[in-house]
Parts: sequence; C-alpha cells; structure tokens
Amino acid sequence: MSKSDILNTIRRGLGRGVPSDAERQQVLARIERHERNLIPMRAQGSEAEIQTLFIEMAKEAAAEVIELPTLQALPVAVSQWLQAANIPDLVMASDAELKSLDWSVLHPIVQHERVALAGDLASLTLAFMGIAETGTLMLYSRKESPTTLNFLPDNHLVVLKRQDIVGVYEEAWARVRNLSPGQLPRTVNMITGPSRSADIEQRLQMGAHGPRALTIFLIG
Amino acid sequence: MQITSPQFKENARIALTDVGLQKALGNVKTGFPQKRANAVARLPEFDQLRDQGRDLKNHIIANLDIYLEEFEANVIKNGGHVHWCRTSEDARQTILKICQDKGAKTVTKGKSMVTEEINLNEHLEANGITPIETDLGEYILQLRGEHPSHIIAPAIHLNLEDVSETFHAHHNKPKSMDPAVLMQEAREELRARFVAADVGITGANFLVAETGSSIIVTNEGNGDLTQTLPKTHIVVTSIEKVVPTLEDMTLFLRLLARSATGQEFTVYNTLSTGPKRPEDQDGPEDYHVVLVDNGRSDMVGGELQDMLRCIRCAACMNHCPVYGAIGGHSYGWVYPGPMGSVLTPQMIGIEKAALLPNASTFCGKCESVCPVHIPLPKLMRHWRKNEFERHLTPKAARWGIKTWAFFAKRPSLYRLLSQTSNRMLRLLGGKKGRIHKLPMVSGWTDHRDMPVPSSKTFMQQWNEKQKAGH
Repeated sequence: MSKSDILNTIRRGLGRGVPSDAERQQVLARIERHERNLIPMRAQGSEAEIQTLFIEMAKEAAAEVIELPTLQALPVAVSQWLQAANIPDLVMASDAELKSLDWSVLHPIVQHERVALAGDLASLTLAFMGIAETGTLMLYSRKESPTTLNFLPDNHLVVLKRQDIVGVYEEAWARVRNLSPGQLPRTVNMITGPSRSADIEQRLQMGAHGPRALTIFLIG
Repeated sequence: MQITSPQFKENARIALTDVGLQKALGNVKTGFPQKRANAVARLPEFDQLRDQGRDLKNHIIANLDIYLEEFEANVIKNGGHVHWCRTSEDARQTILKICQDKGAKTVTKGKSMVTEEINLNEHLEANGITPIETDLGEYILQLRGEHPSHIIAPAIHLNLEDVSETFHAHHNKPKSMDPAVLMQEAREELRARFVAADVGITGANFLVAETGSSIIVTNEGNGDLTQTLPKTHIVVTSIEKVVPTLEDMTLFLRLLARSATGQEFTVYNTLSTGPKRPEDQDGPEDYHVVLVDNGRSDMVGGELQDMLRCIRCAACMNHCPVYGAIGGHSYGWVYPGPMGSVLTPQMIGIEKAALLPNASTFCGKCESVCPVHIPLPKLMRHWRKNEFERHLTPKAARWGIKTWAFFAKRPSLYRLLSQTSNRMLRLLGGKKGRIHKLPMVSGWTDHRDMPVPSSKTFMQQWNEKQKAGH
C-alpha cells in the first residue's frame, strides 16, 4: 500500500512512529492560527497610498486602468471600450451588482450571460479584491461568475471597486476565508496583467493562451 | 525519457561546440540573473523572507506526514480524490486508470516536471491516449520530440529559427520569423484542443493542507484552461509541495516569481479546491491529486533532506556557470543544473548519475541565490563522497586523490613538493608568466593559458607574515 509505505518511510526518517495526539494537535493548532509570515512594508501605507500603488503596479504588469466615478458610469465606459476595439459581443458575469445597471447603452453590442466559449472576444467580470502589493486582482468562481470568463476571451474587462483594494495578499485571504467558512470556492484566481510568454528566445510576447488584454474599470 | 547522464562528458563536449545551443544559452546568462537581481533590489525584505522560507520548509519536513494527511482529509472533504504513489510506475498506472475510466482520448497538459519525471506522456501514448502539451515551450518541444532543457523555460536551448522551422513543418501556415506571429499560431492551434480534451493534467507549485487546495503559477494561462475546461482535472505533484496554510503559501509565492523569472508576481496564481460545485456553470466534475513520492520520502532524515525544501524556481541553474556553458540536455535526465545534480542521483541512481555532482566548480553561486538556502555544493559533495566510497570514481581520479592524500597527511613533504613544483611552473611560464601547454592538464591548457603561481607558496607567505607580526 503506497500510502502507508510513504508515511512509514517519512516517519522512519524523522526517527519517530505514528505521531502522538499531542504532536498532531500541535500541528493542527498551527494551521488553525494561520499566522502571517513577514509582510513587506511596501503595501502597508495609508489607504490613498495603497490605491495609488495598486494602479501603478497593475499598469506595470501591462493592465489598462480606467477610473470611473460611480458604478453607474460603467455601461457607457464598457460600451465605448468595446466600440473602440470593434467588438460586437460581450459575455458577462451575472452578479446582481452588474445586472442592476442599465446596459441598454450597449446597443448594438450583443450581451450574453453564459460561460465563455472559444472565439469569444470580450468578457466582463467583477473582481473580489485588488491587491496593491503587485497590482493583482482576485476573483473567485461562483454560479454568477464562471471561471472560463477569466481565461478564454481575447479581452478581459474587470470591475474593481476602490474600497476593495487592500495592501497585501494576507488581507485578501482573510476575506476569502469569510466567503463560506470551512470551504474555499472551487477556484480563486489571482490575476496580474494579461497573458504572456517568453518561451521563444526569452523575448516577451503578450497574449499567449489567456486574454491578450486586461482592462480594469476602477470604480469610486 | 532516455537517460544519458552516464554520457555526461560526451554530451558536454558536443554542447560546447553546438553553435545554435551556445547562441541560445546566451539568453539565459543575460536574461534571468539580471531580472532576478532587479526584483530582489525592489524588495528590501527579500533576504528575511528567504530565511523564513527555509525555516518554514524545515518545519514542514519535520511534520510532513501530518501535513500530508491533513491535506488529504481536506481534499476529500471538498469532494476530491487523493492517490498516493510510491514509484513512477504507481503514478503512471494511477493516472492511466483515471483517464481510461473516463474514456479519455485526448489529455491537455499544463507544464509539469513531475510528469516528465514519471515519463507520463510516453505511457499515455502507448495506451492510446494523446497527451497535448499546452505551455508554449512544452508545445514546441512536443512537436520536435524533445524534452525540456530547463525547469521553467523548457525550450531555452532553441533559437527563433528552430521554432520557426518546427511550426512551419507542423502548422499549415507560411513560415514566420516573428515570435508574436508564432505564438499566435500556437494559440490558434491549441484553442480547439483545450475545449475538446477529456482530461486536463497540471502540476502544482504548492498544496495547501489547511484548505485541501492545489495552486499553479503560470504566465500564459494555459494551465487554467487545462484545469477548467475538461470534465476531469488531475493534479500530478510530489509530496514535498505541501504547505500548512494560505499565509504560508504566500511566503513562498513572494519568493518564487522573483527568484524564477524576476517578475514581481506571475500573471496567474490559481488555487483549485475540489471539483465544481453543484451550482457552478463550468469547472471539472472530478478533481484528483496524484501524490508522487519517487524517492523523496527516503530523503527525510538523511543527508539530502535539505533538498526537499526546493520550490523549483530554477535560480540555481540560471546562475550556474556550468549550466550556462552546456545547457540542460547535457545532464541527461529531467532535472538539470545544480538542483538536478543533487536530485538525479537520488532518482535514477548514483551509478548512472555520478558525473553530475562532479560537474560543478563549487563556486557557490547556486546556494547564494537559492530562495530557501539549500546548501547545493554541500549536497553535491555528499554524492561525490558516496561515489568515492562505492568505488564508482574512475581509477585515475581515485589514484590522484589518494596521491594527494598521501602528501597532505605529511606536511613537510607536501611543502617541499609544492615549493619544487612552484619553481618548475614559473620556469615553464618564462617571462610571459603564462603556460601554454602542460602535460596531464591539456583539458585546461588546450583552451586557455595556465597562469604561473606567485613566487612564494601560501605557507611561505604565511610564515613570513607571522614573523613580521601581522
């Protein structure tokens, strides 16, 4: 039996047998505490500093950042972006917050609410958090926001509310844990800029298999 | 893959005269080390994070059985499956069975060195299942029938011309020398296959015990398409990848991208936890984790234990003068460079891999850039000692070492000999102070001059300075 064989070999190497209840409890207690390790100072400034850092780092990672005053301004901004890119279709997540907006301005661009399919040119999803440290977006899978929307379309448009920007990953984990205690969503995506590869002669090319462009609509 | 580690010397000789390879290797030397240095300079806490990374890995190894069992319990709690595989053969059979149970015809693959280690592609093919590599570099290599020469930049031994020719031969497209066009071709070729695949196989950079999650780190997004679109997701990974919590994973993520590509953060860091939920519209219906041991558990408690800290960033090979001169294929198996010279003897046997730990100048650069402070030169020395003790060292080398040991144990004789040879070498060097040819060390003098030693030996200088009161 491979499992007992592997565990016994490890235990032999550690010079002990099956761990005692006390030893096991000690390790489980460490998991339970999930203490933070050293956190770099970089993203521990004021709220304003953190937001500025997020924008800087996201742009450095080749994301486009479009700042909007309110969520209500989103449909027009998205419509303009799609028109400029000459894209006739948009696949959208169906979160209540997005659905509550007036999307009639998109016309004649056709709006879909479904999973992404090969050939889709643009998707729009809602980010759960922004992480300033590296300009990273955090998204997670749920009924309203299928994961394929984040990877298959050529262009990924993401809505991020300013108040959802935190400094460091650890703050985002704390909020992910509260989503549904005891279980993470099926997938949590941390996305920093659009897809890329340097596999040919170490020369960086944008748009490998994921979206070629990542546009963040920053609200507020 | 075929093991050519026993022919390391011949491999290296060919590599040194391979014009294309030498050109391509130039990209390693100029690219990665500079990018890493820039990233490290931007994060003042980097060295403190390395210390914490080392200590955390040591803690994990000391409790590895407990963390693995906790990880397994949480995968099962989330509706996934865990398969423990002691050997490569166990792992191949397990993965094949999952694929066959699903009636799989094609399997897309994210980049995974563990699947290279267990020879998975050949095994799937032999059983009528087509594996499709989706990482751009791996895709190029699969078309060429080659294996990776680097653990994070698999096709780094190739030049643009090579990729251009390969794509021209396989894609129905005009020949292009534009990397952007070539990448676009691969994107189009693979799109339909991502969607059609029955099973997606990825590796894992880390496994989180707390949540029962696996995480992959990619820049291309191929790993995400691989693990999201097919109905079955198989994570093929190894036992030392487990970390306690999300916070602990974060510590390693801060070290990984900076050490590897010199990026602040890799584009896609994706956590997978179990299969899709009943209400989810996409995602795999089955989530399997194949935990491969393949010699790793035997390293616990032994002299190689520190190697289990490795997070596969490739900084050691990126900074290695030997790797930079001969490339990854010369090492003759899956893992090249300093980390490979430590791991390969453990996995394929020292009798086949004895030359690898000898292919080091012990300059120490690998250890100095390692994000978890693995003492790579010390571990290579362990293998050299093992090789010597098992009488695997060539006769000439054994004779040389024994001769040296004879004199080293007799200091006055040693000093006399070093003074004499010092004088002779300086005589040979003449006025130029350089020696063009020297018997028995033509390996050196065929390629460069040997400088003459200073006029006095170390011991002479030492004694003079002691007398002078320094």
